[in-house]
Amino acid sequence: MENHLILETQELSKSYENQKNVLNGINFSIQTGEVVVIVGPSGCGKSTFLRCLNMLEPIDAGVIRLDGKEIHQDFKKAHLIREKVGMVFQSYELFPHRTVLDNIILAPIKVQKRKKEDVTKEAVALLTRVGLFEKKSAYPRQLSGGQKQRVAIVRALIMHPEILLLDEITAALDPEMVREVLQVVLQLAKEGMTMIIVTHEMGFAKAVADRVLFLDQGQVVEEAAPFEFFTYPKSERAKQFLNTFHYEAIEI
Amino acid sequence: MQDLGIQVLFRGTNFLRLWQGLWVSLQIAAISMLFSVILGIFLGMIMTGKNRIVRLLCRIYLETVRIMPQLVLLFLVYFGTAKHFGLDLSSEVSAVIVFTFWGTAEMGDLVRSAFLSIPSHQYESGYALGLQKWQVFFHIMIPQTVRRLLPSSVNLLSRMIKTTSLVVLIGVVEVVKVGKQIIDAARYDVPTSALWVYGTIFFMYFLICFPFSIASSYLEKRLKD
Amino acid sequence: MRKVRDFSLMDLEFILEFSPMYLEAAMLTIRIALIGIVASFITGLFCSIVKYLKIPVLVQFINLYIELSRNTPLLIQLFFLYFGLPKIGILLSSESCAIIGLTFLGGSYMAEALRTGIDQVTKIQTESAFSLGMKKSQVIRYIILPQAFTTSIPALCANMIFLIKETSVFSVVALADLMYVAKDLIGIYYKTDEALLMLVLSYLLLLLPISVICSMVERRMRYAGFGNTGTV
Repeated sequence: MENHLILETQELSKSYENQKNVLNGINFSIQTGEVVVIVGPSGCGKSTFLRCLNMLEPIDAGVIRLDGKEIHQDFKKAHLIREKVGMVFQSYELFPHRTVLDNIILAPIKVQKRKKEDVTKEAVALLTRVGLFEKKSAYPRQLSGGQKQRVAIVRALIMHPEILLLDEITAALDPEMVREVLQVVLQLAKEGMTMIIVTHEMGFAKAVADRVLFLDQGQVVEEAAPFEFFTYPKSERAKQFLNTFHYEAIEI
Repeated sequence: MQDLGIQVLFRGTNFLRLWQGLWVSLQIAAISMLFSVILGIFLGMIMTGKNRIVRLLCRIYLETVRIMPQLVLLFLVYFGTAKHFGLDLSSEVSAVIVFTFWGTAEMGDLVRSAFLSIPSHQYESGYALGLQKWQVFFHIMIPQTVRRLLPSSVNLLSRMIKTTSLVVLIGVVEVVKVGKQIIDAARYDVPTSALWVYGTIFFMYFLICFPFSIASSYLEKRLKD
Repeated sequence: MRKVRDFSLMDLEFILEFSPMYLEAAMLTIRIALIGIVASFITGLFCSIVKYLKIPVLVQFINLYIELSRNTPLLIQLFFLYFGLPKIGILLSSESCAIIGLTFLGGSYMAEALRTGIDQVTKIQTESAFSLGMKKSQVIRYIILPQAFTTSIPALCANMIFLIKETSVFSVVALADLMYVAKDLIGIYYKTDEALLMLVLSYLLLLLPISVICSMVERRMRYAGFGNTGTV
């Protein structure tokens, strides 16, 4: 299948009451099968950007288009958009009152009205793929952070989203668990999953990205292929930002 | 014929009499609350102690209060003591005894949990600063306990006021009793007076208790920050 | 001369004779308490959902109701219902008064208990449910309420005990409940001790098991959670 434009934003802007211009005219687009990594100092608006794409935040100005159709800021219909745009959070946010399997199959059954047996079969297959088959009847609090995050990824995947948003999914994890989660994401990228990833793991960003976006103060400062960005950053701000990461070994 | 039942309230000193009636229950509530606070603090301290038998007795006491309706306790004291101890307690005294018995348990439990909620490093750091045991108690434990206790004590006071409405059932002449007298006196010329009188009493209680409700949630919010 | 005098200070025959009356009264109390508690829970659920959704106007009404209900005694509420309302043509039976009164009182307590539980479900937890494409109604039903209900269990239990205790004032609306029977027996036969003993026993039998069960549930809730059978 030919790759095509799936999601784009034009002049996307967003302010909070106590913080102006969190996002300040963002022009962005992503093709199917593409992996875009967004990096930038904390508070640069990268998480807000993802939240806007998932309609968790209303936008003040600009346009978001999914499959060529404009997403209107009609929150009664937000669920229709979110069905196509999956999201994984930094804090996992599994549902504590449901087992791993029930966490995964809830939305496909209730939202997409799929058959329970089909969904369960798929859930088990996905769990096996991320190495958590034997945890399917466990409750979230019995899992480690890395395991929880892998379940959260499966929970988003089973909805068959057209695009997946990953919001600093390793930021809350102990270092030894980061790898097991990133491995899953790398695998997804190889299979052609369209993803927008916000991360602080520069090595991972380099390995997984087709394109890197550097965001600062609500604006896209630099946009480049990963090798180019990490080796020859053009802007002063990007250079400064990357310098703070220099001591970190790039090992993925 | 225009018959406005509300006029019954403004006949003679009726409205004032209602407030005087409520004042009787409020006094009972205030006295019981005072005793409950004093005894409850002692009870709370006893319950944090190590003696198992004492703690067991306290538990039984608390559990009794937890499951016995206050009205049953009122009946026990009012009807029971007269016969057995030859004491002819007035309804008011019976009420104070019962509400103190109840309030002490509630207060004791609050004091105990307030004590226990102070993290141990708080008084350890007090000792580390070279403070004496009594100094730690007065300068560290007491102020923090009081802060924690304040919202729930205000809440208890408001519950106390609401519960004292029961005293009419053992014959105390308070607001409901006065209300009944007013209704009785006007039963021929103001047939709807019951609606107005009981409605008024309802709002009188609300006027008294509502400020406490606001104060309690305000204190609780301030405590959180 | 009574045969049982040697064994007890109490008149056992009297107790035996009148215990069916207590049983009947207790059954009445249980029935009304049960209906009232269920109705209170439904009222509270409704109120807490409206408050969560912040439905305009309705939420103001509910706040007013909660304050009125929490800051007035049940006794006065009952007097108004039973003696006041008939004057404007609203005639309610003793039982209806008792149930309406208990629900009016209990609804606000249940609402507050559930609201505390709802408040403890974090915003981002609900966002993660939204991000799976769930509608608001689905998020409330499958994510918020089950969690809120679980964290509210201790408070809901306490409310249950509180409401059963409150039923003791129903005699003022001429309902033949336990207090009513006890008062009657004291008035007619002067058997104060026996009447009071049976009264206390009845309430003990009624409330002690509930209290014990509640404490057990509470302890389990405190030390365990989902998928945590006490070992972790």
